[in-house]
Amino acid sequence: MASSPRLRAVLFRVLQAIPVVIGVVVISFLLTRALPGDPAVYFAGVAADEASIEQTRVAMGLDKPLIQQFFVYAGDLLRGDLGQSLSSGRPVATDLANRLPASLELTLSAFVIAISIAVPLGVLAATRPGTWVDHLCRLLVTAGVSLPTFFTGIVLIYVFYYHLGVAPSPLGRLDFIYLSPDHVTGFYLIDAAIAGDWETWWGAAKQLMLPAVTLALFTLAPIARMTRAAMLSALSSDFIRTARAAGLSNGRVLYGYAFRNALLPVVTTLGMVFSFALGANVLVEKVFAWPGIGSYAVEALVVSDYAAVQGFVLAMALLFVALNLAIDLLYTVIDPRIGFEAQ
Amino acid sequence: MTDATSRRDFLKMSMAGASVLPFLRSLPASAAGSDTIVVVTGQTINSLDLHRSGTSRASYQVGVNCYDRLVSFGTKEAIGGGFSYDYTVIEPELADSWEESEDGLTLTFKLKSNAKFWDGRKVTAEDVKWSFDRAVSVGGFPSVQMKAGGLVRPDQFIAQDEETFIIKLDRASKLTLPDLAVPVPYIMNSVEAKANATAEDPWALEYLHKTPAGSGAYKVARWQPGEQLVYERNDDWVGGPMPAIKRVVIREVPSPATRRALIERGDVQMAFGIPDKDAAELVDKVDVFSTPVENCIHCLCPNFAFEPFQDPDVRKAIAYAVPYEDIFQAAAYGRGLPLYGGETEITDIAWPRKTQYYTDLDKAKEHMAKSAHAGGFDVTMSISLDLASWMEPTALLVQEALGKIGINVTIDKIPGANWRTAVLVEKRLDLHLENFGGWLNTPDYYFFWAYKDGHLFNSSNYRNEEIEELVDSSLHMPMDDPEYAPKIKRMFEIALEELPRIPLYQPALNVAANGVEGYEFWFHRQLDVRPVKVS
Repeated sequence: MASSPRLRAVLFRVLQAIPVVIGVVVISFLLTRALPGDPAVYFAGVAADEASIEQTRVAMGLDKPLIQQFFVYAGDLLRGDLGQSLSSGRPVATDLANRLPASLELTLSAFVIAISIAVPLGVLAATRPGTWVDHLCRLLVTAGVSLPTFFTGIVLIYVFYYHLGVAPSPLGRLDFIYLSPDHVTGFYLIDAAIAGDWETWWGAAKQLMLPAVTLALFTLAPIARMTRAAMLSALSSDFIRTARAAGLSNGRVLYGYAFRNALLPVVTTLGMVFSFALGANVLVEKVFAWPGIGSYAVEALVVSDYAAVQGFVLAMALLFVALNLAIDLLYTVIDPRIGFEAQ
Repeated sequence: MTDATSRRDFLKMSMAGASVLPFLRSLPASAAGSDTIVVVTGQTINSLDLHRSGTSRASYQVGVNCYDRLVSFGTKEAIGGGFSYDYTVIEPELADSWEESEDGLTLTFKLKSNAKFWDGRKVTAEDVKWSFDRAVSVGGFPSVQMKAGGLVRPDQFIAQDEETFIIKLDRASKLTLPDLAVPVPYIMNSVEAKANATAEDPWALEYLHKTPAGSGAYKVARWQPGEQLVYERNDDWVGGPMPAIKRVVIREVPSPATRRALIERGDVQMAFGIPDKDAAELVDKVDVFSTPVENCIHCLCPNFAFEPFQDPDVRKAIAYAVPYEDIFQAAAYGRGLPLYGGETEITDIAWPRKTQYYTDLDKAKEHMAKSAHAGGFDVTMSISLDLASWMEPTALLVQEALGKIGINVTIDKIPGANWRTAVLVEKRLDLHLENFGGWLNTPDYYFFWAYKDGHLFNSSNYRNEEIEELVDSSLHMPMDDPEYAPKIKRMFEIALEELPRIPLYQPALNVAANGVEGYEFWFHRQLDVRPVKVS
């Protein structure tokens, strides 16, 4: 396939995303306003009286009519200004730039761990149904879905940090004795590697281990399950029988034909799992004091910090648009039969 | 702040040198803590400027540790271990001395002549005036708190000469001097602030929000909101005894279970504000300070807007039905002080005081039978989800107990963001729990906020003409005035007879320490790191 139709297709998909983003902006604006609670009362402080609440309301621009507030917000947004978070006291864009990489680093690491365990496990379970591998797969899957992440997190801390003392203090992204590497991507592992500071890199990697494993245990289940099912159905299909009858080697049949065909549903699952892993982050972030975007959004929501909630929703929407695009592109790589023309 | 401190400078700050840093963890806690300690807390520091609207309570500690006030409070031994601030003793901080005029309307402060801001400039009366002007002008909480001490207008503050600062009062009040020792009226470097002020922001709220400019015991070396704040000692501090610890790292750890694991392992030296349950269970393992919060009471409030609660017998029936001891154990795990089963006769003016009520279902039923609602009624009891750790067990116990005297309670859980509006501003919750605590530790101050009609914490819509008069006349009266004690006793008598608020217990602030000592409780319920030292 030539690169220009693909490029055009990508551009078309990006254009398609624009109404979605506009919709998200409008809905997130309305929904935050519909939240019960009065941010002016909250931010005026504990001992505030009527007058100081009113002062706070004016300072926050909440005394204006809703439609005017929306246009002020939309105007700022067009200039790239996501507004000022009241609870953190900093621009929302800065907060997101600091916290989104933390969440993504955690989620992606968890993802890498989950995929590298779940996919081989699923394949093995499918090729050896009824054996101990299959049972192990089933056990892991059941445990992964049924154990809530905050519980797994606390258990892991209890065992590996509190009892065995092998894990570092669950104090966030870096122990206090290290300094965060200079901000390039916001991913500590990458930034430390760029700076060539391997001591900090190792410090960040150690901190990442337990929360990533916690999250991986949770995401592992659907991936392993889906790999197993997709492999089973691929292995029982006609073209595999043909391939075997033609005397192709076992490895070629398994990985060249069955696995490649099984990949499509697995990739679809990955996209879904990634999105709910970002959601499940919140609990892991709380337990491991991880300064990520999930805990930021929850705190903002609790205090009705409009700008921060809207910024979070918008960032997530953009992230999902990008994610879906990436997955669609991945489809065409995996299966040449799927072209962009078809969509 | 983070931009100003380069990685290299920060590492240089360590006396041990950068090469030793990564090995600190492998040393025993005491060695690690000789110049650095780590404190974990569940709260978020969201600003370095207390005067800004939206600044969280946890941020007040920056005002305490990084700024000086004119005066401070003394220190005393605390109930529950450790130390506490002493409301009755006012000590100098930036002021060297002060005097009050005959009529009590003029306060004259002499500033310490060797006090310097971090940038090396001398602290002058102009700085004090600018800072006070700011506190009364920015509105919101700082202005409300200043008003409690009778400080409302910039023209009340006069910088007479470089080291002399004068406050003119409209009326003499015993609350003025203590109000100068609360975190709000701290002194900022006005020259630095003005250099960074703009026409829209004359008080440099934007600048000081991220860059403190003070003269206090600690500077902020690093601040990452949502993660950590690092204090670095100011070796030129003259506001009090030089702190023992060079660097204090405040780490935010939202999960109480994680905080507990950290303090038990000794990887952090202090866990600030731990739950009552953890405090009760950690007592044998680490040092736990559970200091009853002064002038603070957890109350059950029957709202007078709800018709059956206008009947005094119904309120008394509730007061006798409440299972105080069970609540104290289940909600507070025995931390704090119980407030039931005291003498009816009021002989002193200590507040909070034990009420004359105790759990006695027969008495409760008697009162219920005497009331106009002998047949019982339905009521909704509201609690805040943010405060569920103590409100939920309390509400369940109250629900069960009131069921026995025919009051059918339904529990309504209100999200934290709505709670304040519902309970304090609209005052619309029929039966609810409330936990006001006054910063200024006098009973009249508590009554001013919690029992006067229309005032914020009077969530029961209570109004009593005599209380109104007693609070107004005693609020500014010196406590050694012969009329003061009788007025206060009368106030107690009425409030405990009429029961618009049924005191349950006095809560505690719990702090666990592992390897440090010198912790001091403050009414603002934030950590003062200045007196902390390695044990």
